[in-house]
Amino acid sequence: MGYNSKVEGDVIVTRVDAALNWFRKNSLWPMPMGLACCAIELMAAGASRFDIARFGSEVMRFSPRQSDVMIVAGTVTYKMAMAVKRIYDQMPEPKWVIAMGACASTGGMYRSYAVLQGVDRIIPVDVYVAGCPPRPEALLDALIKLQNKVAREPILAASPNVAA
Amino acid sequence: MAALDIAQQLKARFPEIISDPAEFRGEVTVRLSDAERITEVCAAAKKDFGFDYLVDISSVDNYGDDPRFTVVYHLYGYGHHCHLRLKTDVSEEKSELPTVCTVWRTANWHEREIYDMMGIRFRNHPDLRRILMWEGYPYFPLRKDFPLAGKPSEMPDVAFSKPAPLEGGPFVTIAGGKDRIAREPRVRIPETDALDTNARLERRKDVQEAHGHSHGPGPVETK
Repeated sequence: MGYNSKVEGDVIVTRVDAALNWFRKNSLWPMPMGLACCAIELMAAGASRFDIARFGSEVMRFSPRQSDVMIVAGTVTYKMAMAVKRIYDQMPEPKWVIAMGACASTGGMYRSYAVLQGVDRIIPVDVYVAGCPPRPEALLDALIKLQNKVAREPILAASPNVAA
Repeated sequence: MAALDIAQQLKARFPEIISDPAEFRGEVTVRLSDAERITEVCAAAKKDFGFDYLVDISSVDNYGDDPRFTVVYHLYGYGHHCHLRLKTDVSEEKSELPTVCTVWRTANWHEREIYDMMGIRFRNHPDLRRILMWEGYPYFPLRKDFPLAGKPSEMPDVAFSKPAPLEGGPFVTIAGGKDRIAREPRVRIPETDALDTNARLERRKDVQEAHGHSHGPGPVETK
């Protein structure tokens, strides 16, 4: 088949993978699980100077049902852990997780009886951001890395969260 | 009016149960020998001596000593701008104190925290339950025989806890000790640490002299 530019005009032919992933990665709506100090830097990333909305994360929905990526920003205590897991379970597929900061990644400086040593003990994490707290630019870098990961996802891939 | 004068007046009011006020660096401490009368003493301190602000209540685990716990009340008065520290002892078998919530309402959450972390119950407390850990957590974390890493526990649908990997830590200084090497050992074994090292070190004579008189007066002498 030929491409007749006079007739077809602004038409792009591509694969479903590429198109769908392009839509998904450029509109990752975060679910901000802002638990502690990292939440302040998350707010800074959402404010005007570092503007996370440039990357498509226009809406920081506090509703898990309407979000794509959960940004766990802060210390996850054992008391809060089950609530984080429940909110993650309420997010619809496809969903991703960014563990922001040292406490969410590994428990941080709190090697103690009350702190969950890394949120990846209860939910699967896609991108970890180091820092205490990480600069807003580091969070934006993590978002860009997540976008690259989303772009590579094959369509119709079996998701590990879907029950067999 | 200086804090020491007010403390002397408080002692004059309850001579048998309140010790001589000790002063160290401008801070006045009195000890209460009968913990059951704490509410009465605190009510008098608030009404008659103007200590209308309870700054803090905290507890100390003297692991190895007989009255195992010491509960410390920090009082302050907006009128006379004076602080006072009130200490009482609670033994482990008893583990109970009357509440001071009726005197200062802020004591509610402070006493809940002491119950949560140390296990000391407060009689007549309006709502004595855990505040930092979850209800049903089986241990009292700030006791000296509880390891920093924590112990495993499981409450399905509520919370779970696992011991944290310490990797040779905790990297905190042991109190007392005559030189840096005793205070900051290269390797610490957390289970045996606080149990013998701290208790043993604090009882050594040279360590007690190094402390000076910062720990306040001893037990109340009754006439």
